[in-house]
Amino acid sequence: MTGPDSGGEVHARLLGVTRIFPGATGQQPVHALGPVDLELRRGEFFAVVGPSGCGKSTLLEILAGLQSPTSGTVTFEGQPVTADVPDGIGVVFQEDASFPWLTVWDNAAFGLRRAGAPEAEVSRSVNDALAFMGLQDFARAYPSQLSGGMRQRVCIARTLVLQPRLILLDEPFGALDAQTRLLMGDEVLRLWRRTSATVLLITHALDEAAMLSDRIGAMSARPGRFMDIVETRWPRERDSTIVSETSFGEITGRLWENLRGESIKSLGHSGAGPA
Amino acid sequence: MIATQRVTDSLIIVAILLAVWQGLNLMVGDTALPGPAATLAYLAHLVPSARFAENALATLAAFTYALVIAYGLGLAIGVWLGAHHLSGAVGEPLLVALYSIPKITLYPVILLIFGLGISGKVAFGALHGILPVALLTMSAIRNIPPVYLKVARTLHLSKWQTIFAVFFPATLPEVVAGLRIGFTVTLLGVLLAEMFASKRGLGFLIINAMSLAQSEEMLTVAIMLFVFAVLANSLLLWMEHRLHRRN
Repeated sequence: MTGPDSGGEVHARLLGVTRIFPGATGQQPVHALGPVDLELRRGEFFAVVGPSGCGKSTLLEILAGLQSPTSGTVTFEGQPVTADVPDGIGVVFQEDASFPWLTVWDNAAFGLRRAGAPEAEVSRSVNDALAFMGLQDFARAYPSQLSGGMRQRVCIARTLVLQPRLILLDEPFGALDAQTRLLMGDEVLRLWRRTSATVLLITHALDEAAMLSDRIGAMSARPGRFMDIVETRWPRERDSTIVSETSFGEITGRLWENLRGESIKSLGHSGAGPA
Repeated sequence: MIATQRVTDSLIIVAILLAVWQGLNLMVGDTALPGPAATLAYLAHLVPSARFAENALATLAAFTYALVIAYGLGLAIGVWLGAHHLSGAVGEPLLVALYSIPKITLYPVILLIFGLGISGKVAFGALHGILPVALLTMSAIRNIPPVYLKVARTLHLSKWQTIFAVFFPATLPEVVAGLRIGFTVTLLGVLLAEMFASKRGLGFLIINAMSLAQSEEMLTVAIMLFVFAVLANSLLLWMEHRLHRRN
């Protein structure tokens, strides 16, 4: 279900992907997702929006190799994604996943050190990533001394040092206040431009999706399927000031038109199964 | 600054305790409760004696064995119940029930199984200590945020790296809290065992002094135990706070 003028090389692909959670004893299995077809083009910024519980996070975890699909296939850079997270995919989660027992610096260095990178390289990459995320002054601080937005930056820095070519963001700003979210949006755009990585952002905020993305997939209530894919046609150089453009309102309007009914549906059975 | 404040606070508490002690002494008389001065004088006489050393060593030996067993078994049970869902579901209510009953009611059973010697004391002390260590270790493992496992997988950690670099530090503060509580109740268990059925150890000294109406000796031994327990507890608490400050 990609757009008709899908140019560019396919970076990751989901084909007929479904996910059905086996029900607990005496309960119906939960059909959480799909079937879903999706082609991510190399270097694009793609957002997925949808009502809560529609399987957005499941979609992301399947793409990351954190969950296996019930049916369908996933490929990343031409290779099938199976039970493991492929090299080159970085994930930032909604929950605060910074490690409280490590300093900001050690948190950022965590992945590279476990991979056995030489200390000089670790040092260079970490300093670079911390500077990029505006964390250099907090290198020796512990996460408990930082705000939620700063901790999320720590998690982004930890992912960044591994130089991912596909960055998956699972509602990374969901727990932050509205102003911080706008600013974090700018950070993510900056990150996207500098790394030239492909970005997939899961969000429930239509304005966030409209402001950041090249394309936005609107998902239906559970079982989640793509109902519409909107192209924003923003320039690559953009930031949060885009929210005052007239076409910004048109995009969010079109998304809401699609999602309104679905959100009402999902209210009816919210909390009835895994998100 | 904070350190001096703490020392001052502790000194104030000690002063208040001494004042209350002296006041009680004046109320009930020397036979029931000797005053601080008389007790300290007796302490200077008892502590260097061979009799005290012998009994203190007996308690220390029993306590050390009991603590090693309590920590070893407690951690093993805690890890098993925390990591294995079904075992945890079955084991937790059993542990909680055991934790809440007064263990002294089981002492006759322990005596019959292990006898009057050191093994009975060790078993009774360990029985006290295993439960909090196991319960808090289990809860520490269950409280690991699931997202840590996802992060470990996305950062390509091996199974052992995940255990040692993520799960171990994530559970450490709560596990240390369990070890601290386990320390205190193991000591309690050993002393109780010595009081009820033993001819050696500090618990025996206390109960023996009581039956001979030697209240100075009784109080002196109690104070030595008090000081030991407070020092050990403070050390473990300090470790715990250091770990928690980061969380």
